[in-house]
Amino acid sequence: MLLVLGRRLANIIPTMLAVVALVFLLFSVLPGSFISGMNEDGRSTIDPAVMERMRKEMGLDDPLIERFAKYVAATATGDLGISFRTREPVTKMLAGRIWPSLKLVFAAMTFAILVGVTLGFLAALKPGSLIDTAAMVGAISGLSLSQFWFGLMLMYLFALKLQWLPSFGYGDGGLRNLILPAIALGVGPMALLARTTRAAVLDVLNADFVRTARSKGMSERRVVEWHVLRNALVLVITIVGLQFGSLMGQAVVVEKLFAWPGVGSLMVDSVFQRDMPTVQGCILMIVLFFLVINTLVDLAYVVIDPRIRYR
Amino acid sequence: MTTPLLKVENLRIALAGDGVTYDAVENVSFEIGRGEAFGLVGESGCGKSITALSVMGLLRRPLSLAGGRVILDGKEIQNVSAAEMRRLRGKRIAMIFQEPMTALNPLSPVGRQIAEMFVLHQGANWNEAMDRAEDALRQVRVPSPERRIKDYPHQLSGGMRQRVMIAIALACGPDLLVADEPTTALDVTVQAEIIDLMAELCAAKGTAVLMISHDLGLVANMCQRVAVMYAGRIVESQVADAIFAAPTHPYTQGLIDSLPRLGERARRGRQKLREISGVVPSIANYPAGCRFNPRCPAVTEVCRSVVPEATPLPAEGVVRCHHHG
Amino acid sequence: MSLALKLPRLRLKGGSSLWVGGGLVAIAISSAILAPWIALTDPVLDANLMNAELPPSWEFPFGTDAQGRDIYSRIVWGARVSLSVGIISQICNSLIGVTLGLTAGYWGGWWDDVVSGLTNLMLAIPSLVFALAIMAILGPGLVSLVIALGLTSWSYSCRIARAQVLSLKSQGYIQAARILGYGDLRIMFTQVLPNILGPLIVIATLGMGGAILAEAALSFLGLGIRPPFPSWGSMLSEARDQITTAPWLSVFPGLAIFFTVLGLNLLGDGLRDYLDPQSTTRRG
Repeated sequence: MLLVLGRRLANIIPTMLAVVALVFLLFSVLPGSFISGMNEDGRSTIDPAVMERMRKEMGLDDPLIERFAKYVAATATGDLGISFRTREPVTKMLAGRIWPSLKLVFAAMTFAILVGVTLGFLAALKPGSLIDTAAMVGAISGLSLSQFWFGLMLMYLFALKLQWLPSFGYGDGGLRNLILPAIALGVGPMALLARTTRAAVLDVLNADFVRTARSKGMSERRVVEWHVLRNALVLVITIVGLQFGSLMGQAVVVEKLFAWPGVGSLMVDSVFQRDMPTVQGCILMIVLFFLVINTLVDLAYVVIDPRIRYR
Repeated sequence: MTTPLLKVENLRIALAGDGVTYDAVENVSFEIGRGEAFGLVGESGCGKSITALSVMGLLRRPLSLAGGRVILDGKEIQNVSAAEMRRLRGKRIAMIFQEPMTALNPLSPVGRQIAEMFVLHQGANWNEAMDRAEDALRQVRVPSPERRIKDYPHQLSGGMRQRVMIAIALACGPDLLVADEPTTALDVTVQAEIIDLMAELCAAKGTAVLMISHDLGLVANMCQRVAVMYAGRIVESQVADAIFAAPTHPYTQGLIDSLPRLGERARRGRQKLREISGVVPSIANYPAGCRFNPRCPAVTEVCRSVVPEATPLPAEGVVRCHHHG
Repeated sequence: MSLALKLPRLRLKGGSSLWVGGGLVAIAISSAILAPWIALTDPVLDANLMNAELPPSWEFPFGTDAQGRDIYSRIVWGARVSLSVGIISQICNSLIGVTLGLTAGYWGGWWDDVVSGLTNLMLAIPSLVFALAIMAILGPGLVSLVIALGLTSWSYSCRIARAQVLSLKSQGYIQAARILGYGDLRIMFTQVLPNILGPLIVIATLGMGGAILAEAALSFLGLGIRPPFPSWGSMLSEARDQITTAPWLSVFPGLAIFFTVLGLNLLGDGLRDYLDPQSTTRRG
């Protein structure tokens, strides 16, 4: 098990390296990104002499390969550079943001799994019934919602009109502040999971081994408990993994809307401030999260599906 | 003859299609005595598998039972409640399916899948059920059953998996075993082993067998009586030995002629295997009259318009052909 | 297996979602095209502080904003921006995806490895984050928005195209065409492309919905269309601060996005069921 974990974690490295290279290319090679970018927003005009000094300071005149090597080496040791705005190390800024982000993502995913998988199951067990139709109309609506608008409506209804929950902010980091952003963020994955679960369960219910189970004289309930659940889970878990992994990225807008102090809102703010090292750091953080989650999902497969262990 | 174990009378199975309903199986009747092995033979799509499923009460939409009676041990079971049917299934009638690859749950150890039977029908707890599953595996001659019960289906060969299926089916000592093409998906060398095992175990326990197959030779070897199905109807049913010696329906004749037989060449010289010309009609356009008429070598005008009645044969059995009797 | 009776196709699936989805999309597209005629007022110029922040009424069906502009007219005009961003960026995505997928599957070898690597890379970076990064470099505006969205979600079309080529290859189609002396490009465009058109249209329809949502999100953050010209996302961005006093400012543009994207999603589902009745409704 540990061996598998080690091997899968090692698989992250090449992808991560590719992402680092892509980010480097985007931000360091394309013209008009670093220094001129700082100049362009019109608020601060930089003295050419200062610009020249900064170019030196950041090593922008060195050959590309050398700069890339330096960048990779620094990134590997966790040094993501210094923020243009706050003059703090980006790593330190990220460290303060990661916990709120994780909290939001986990809460949203918990909501999505609990509601989505349950709905999908109920829908699949009675295809064509009222609950099936309602769940699937709900699911396709959920997929069509823009998160931030949905968040705005939740905010209006539950925070401003009914005043049940705080409208925005991190507060003391408790559950009350978490609920609305988590629902706004979780509604998309919830809808997708409801659809996937329904399709997976229907698939499994048509499988030959379910017919075998019925021929044994099992009640439908037993058939579902003993033979359908686990098999459907294997199919659902892929989508859970993909959604979970990309959720930190999807959270960007919701974090901004609810003024949630996570990685996403840091990224948006940094984009506006043209604080490129911080933007890069946020991207790398979000991608790393995606890769780690996917590795964990791979491991979950190994636990659930005996066929994989022996391959 | 005393009351037969299973009696199927005028069975009709409907297939709901695009606003139209077709009869996938009609007028199918047969009887199986206690401990008897009965064969149902026919090409793919002739309705033999769904006949088997209807005996198990396992038809699912778009198929449904549209008429006729299924009588087990003198009691009609085609309309009993779902709960009652569940008590029969597995305990009194068990079934083996064609595909041992997909008929077992891939995520559950085979021992557990056998043990379920003891938990379901005999109220055993999981520990004793697992012990008995090990015995059941031993009975179907799976080597080192104490280790195998923990294996998952993908770790077993096709033949081993079918043995597991047999162990499941015979776990609670059913009166009737329905075997739907149990060896079709297996290697030829394994087929005989599985058939022998089934025959031996059923004989030892007094279990009757309803054997479904497209292979007339195999069925005739194992079964005492055989019925031949074509396009949803039984066209002939006879004692197994007699069907080879004196097939009465042209379709049965064709089936026998298309079988390669050992030693035949020495006796009759080199001969081509004959095939039945034409193709099986699809359910949406079964021909009127005798459904075999477009392919029948002996077809006449009456065959194209009148459905032949079941005519009793001199010894035992029936045939549905205008040109007999 | 003898259960596999030769069934006539049981029922034509996808009927209702096809029609409802198509209807919603048709409404959205026709309001974009007919905007000059069906809008009641000019979306930008007809500001009138006398009418500021009026709730919905007969005169202003969806109410007015802080400058007294008619929300209904702005939504109708906004459809132009939202839909064209959605359509153009999805066309870019489809072109990139199909080109990469076709060539990767067709030529295989190192090129296939490169494309597969790129696809995995694209999957690892959430497309909204990627688009945000591109916007950070290019700066806000309509053109950067289309570029950002058009470059970042081609992986699905790419995968479909590649898989299809591989399956056609294994069926010997391509071999046969090559023996007939067809050139690579000719085979790709005349033999392979027609075979994948169905799934590609489905992906493009669903992707267009995604692009419209992403446009709205980026405009909402202030990176898309600059005011005063309306897009649904930028209208929401402006409306946010007035959510307490004038909630209709947020409700109606949001509903416009919702129904348009819902229409596209339903249409995509319906098309999939129509083109391939075998498949279950699954995506991901």
